[in-house]
Amino acid sequence: MTIAIDKESGAERSPSQHPATYRKIGIPKEIYAGECRVAATPDTVKILQKYGFEVLVESGAGEAANFSNQAYLDAGCRIIVDTETLWSYADLILKVRPPIWNSNLNKHEADLLHEGATLISFIWANQNPELVEHLANRKATVLAMDAVPRISRAQKLDALSSMANIAGYRAVIEAAQQFGRFFTGQITAAGKVPPAKVLVIGAGVAGLAAVGTARSLGAIVRSFDTRPVVKEQVQSLGAEFLELSFEEDGTGQGGYAKTMSPEFIKAEMELFAAQAKEVDIIITTALIPGKKAPTLITTEMVESMREGSVVVDLAAEQGGNCEVTKPGEIYRYQGVTIIGLTDLPSRMAAQASQLYGKNLCHLLDDMGRNDNYHVDLDDEVIRGALVLHQGETVEPLPKVAPVPQKIETPVVEVPSVKARSTPTWIWTPLLGAALLGIGTIAPPSFLSHFTVFVLACFVGWQVIWNVKPALHTPLMSVTNAISGIIILGGMLQISGSPTSATTILGAIAILIGTINIAGGFLVSQRMLKMFQKQ
Amino acid sequence: MFDSLSNVAYIAASALFILSLSGLSNQETAQKGNWYGIAGMSIAFLATVLRSDVTGYGVLAAVILPGAIIGAILAGRVAMTEMPELVAMLHSFVGMAAVLVGIANHLQPQTLTGAEATIHQVEIFIGVFIGAVTFTGSIVAFGKLRGLVSSKPLMLPGRHLLNIGLLVACVALGAQFLNHESTTALLIMSGLAGVLGVHLVMAIGGADMPVVISMLNSYSGWAAAAAGFMLSNDLLIITGALVGSSGAILSYIMCKAMNRSFISVILGGFGTGNSSTSKAITGEAKSISVEETVEQLENANSVIIVPGYGMAVAQAQHPISEITRVLRSRGVNVRFGIHPVAGRLPGHMNVLLAEAKVPYDIVLEMDEINEDFPETDVVLVIGANDTVNPSAVEDPDCSIAGMPVLEVWKAKSAIVLKRSLGSGYAGVENPLFYKDNTSMLFGDAKKNTDAILSKLAALVAA
Repeated sequence: MTIAIDKESGAERSPSQHPATYRKIGIPKEIYAGECRVAATPDTVKILQKYGFEVLVESGAGEAANFSNQAYLDAGCRIIVDTETLWSYADLILKVRPPIWNSNLNKHEADLLHEGATLISFIWANQNPELVEHLANRKATVLAMDAVPRISRAQKLDALSSMANIAGYRAVIEAAQQFGRFFTGQITAAGKVPPAKVLVIGAGVAGLAAVGTARSLGAIVRSFDTRPVVKEQVQSLGAEFLELSFEEDGTGQGGYAKTMSPEFIKAEMELFAAQAKEVDIIITTALIPGKKAPTLITTEMVESMREGSVVVDLAAEQGGNCEVTKPGEIYRYQGVTIIGLTDLPSRMAAQASQLYGKNLCHLLDDMGRNDNYHVDLDDEVIRGALVLHQGETVEPLPKVAPVPQKIETPVVEVPSVKARSTPTWIWTPLLGAALLGIGTIAPPSFLSHFTVFVLACFVGWQVIWNVKPALHTPLMSVTNAISGIIILGGMLQISGSPTSATTILGAIAILIGTINIAGGFLVSQRMLKMFQKQ
Repeated sequence: MFDSLSNVAYIAASALFILSLSGLSNQETAQKGNWYGIAGMSIAFLATVLRSDVTGYGVLAAVILPGAIIGAILAGRVAMTEMPELVAMLHSFVGMAAVLVGIANHLQPQTLTGAEATIHQVEIFIGVFIGAVTFTGSIVAFGKLRGLVSSKPLMLPGRHLLNIGLLVACVALGAQFLNHESTTALLIMSGLAGVLGVHLVMAIGGADMPVVISMLNSYSGWAAAAAGFMLSNDLLIITGALVGSSGAILSYIMCKAMNRSFISVILGGFGTGNSSTSKAITGEAKSISVEETVEQLENANSVIIVPGYGMAVAQAQHPISEITRVLRSRGVNVRFGIHPVAGRLPGHMNVLLAEAKVPYDIVLEMDEINEDFPETDVVLVIGANDTVNPSAVEDPDCSIAGMPVLEVWKAKSAIVLKRSLGSGYAGVENPLFYKDNTSMLFGDAKKNTDAILSKLAALVAA
């Protein structure tokens, strides 16, 4: 049952640096009940082999995800029938679920790992301290995919996002399954079908995936999130972003949301209560790092929903956003179907395995592939994911990473119209020279006025940029009125003989200046009175 | 003692003017801002009246009262569509006043000597120069907006040389004026500067009027500041500088909105060059009836109305406001998209819509609304042309290439209310009219919007 890996050749490994050994990667079959995913697909094992690793796959590992043993054989892997052999033979074990008790062998998976081996998997270290201790006893090196820091560089190995994306998509599909109507509105010979209305709470990766999927099925989608920054992302997917008339930014560290003030939560709940009466499907994805998921949909709200409506609670595993959620179950509560499934990614095992497998490939690529394989303690991504290094815990301890609430879409910076024009470098010396010139020839009396002048220009510059374009016309008429201040000049010149040229010119200047002042202020007042909010 | 007090009062007045301008930054505080301005002006006026060197109270009363009355009448009578004309006229007044104050100041006996005297002379000269350019320039702008002067740019042969010649002549006269304190030189220069002002604005086309008006606004400020220098009056300097920089910023914003450099606007000649080289437009424009328009509006979920100068000309803002109200009461999301240079004055459309009682929170700027067109069911383009021209984005050879425009053609359906298929001020053909999702509702915008309104109202009543 073995196939030599001699077809791996050339480019990646030149003879001069031919490694003494190929590190062996083991892909065990997941034994967690109902888990269908696998840590490598026939597609990703090819990449792993290209990186120089030898890949061992437990017989039947990919079966639940529709990858046959033959497919792995064709991809150049060795298939190992005996579970214990696989674990003991491999230098690196790639898994999906954290190691658990294997009742068939009457052994814990952690004990199957040979001493000093490396395990890469979801670990959830904070929730599973005994497991971490267990692995430490085995002198294992453990990298937790759930603890990969959420920074731009690490996006390609962010398995939480990959899984959340699938969960969001699947949430809509599950909802559609339970919902007895079309998503899209139609006018048919047999009558008119209204479109379904979907509310997605929490616009992280899962939320956005749900928004996009529901939109593409034709539903009217609304979304709410405490972080105003995601508004654009929601709207870019064609959904409506619901807003509270309440100013509070829920953006927390690393793209996650933070807990909001009680007033905010009250306003938010009122919004949800109003929406519950109106929408057909609610999908909740709200999670706050390290805490129980916030309750957003109360029993009352569920009761106020129309019969046949559906609630999908993606936070079911962390306690649920909906009060009546039963984790892992689909059931009807007073005519409303409540979906509390916790295995959504596993329900799309082939896709989920492929994405997860790719994330693992990227991680191993970052760790130097086979030839340069090392655990770089200075690399912030590796350090973040590292739970144990040769059995030792590494500071800082990985944080609890919850289901995503992450901003993945890059926020495109829209250059503001109000951007100040930055003077090019040439202006600085020119300006300096001009000031120097003025300084050398001008008398002090002039300079004091000049100072006032320059400062006033700056003040004007700062103030005027804040004026809304809608008010440019009133701005103009007001500046017009105040430039009528020139009458002061006239007033200083009319005190001589009433018939002198100076007095006459000054008087005319005052006359027209006054027209300006009166006209400008009055017409501004007229205009400004018209601006009204509804 | 009153002189010291008056200086303190000037400080207060300056502060109030600054508060006034910052109050204008949004609609809620704008009225307060205007009151600050009035308060500042009153304080400055009273403080000056009480100064010991101001004694001509009879003359003062004789000119202040009629001035205030004329101003009030003008302000009370002007229609909102005529705001650009009023603003242009008021600019010319400031320019005129600056010229008069400058000349009067020159005629007063001077006590200054040496460098101070020279600087004073220069200040007078510059103040009068700017004032004269502002005065005649604004009068021409007024004429163009009124239609008294053709809005087509006047292209004299060798116009750049003419401008430069006038400038050189002014500088030469300036030297004369400095050396001999020659009043004649000052007066001749005023005349030449006036000619320069006329010629500068004559060469600028109608579509560039928002820039011209803001530019003249800026000049009127600088003229006031120059007057402040010659009178050693800090309040005038501050106020002038505030107004000057305000106008400068507005000009800059307007130029940005048209993707044109300030210099090229000032040198004039918009839409005269290469419009002939722009791509020939193929296809046929679809026309649509009022009934069909009403049907589309009735079935739409979201509508964006894009007004242009044509709406102001046809006075169609009132029926449009009513249409908006009716549609909104039926749950349609109606918003307005305003291009920064729509109309003949910065913010002109906003004032017109406000006059017609359209709530300002549904009147959005181009940047705020441009992304929403793809999700919009119906766009009503009323009297706008160049600001919705897809050529600016699609045809790199046309004269408005690169100018940001409202992308109305991305909506599911665009209805253009227009008299004919003619091109706009820029002289560029508009391919929007020939797009598949565009329909033309020909005729007078006022009549058509009235018809739409009555049909819609009938539907609501039914």
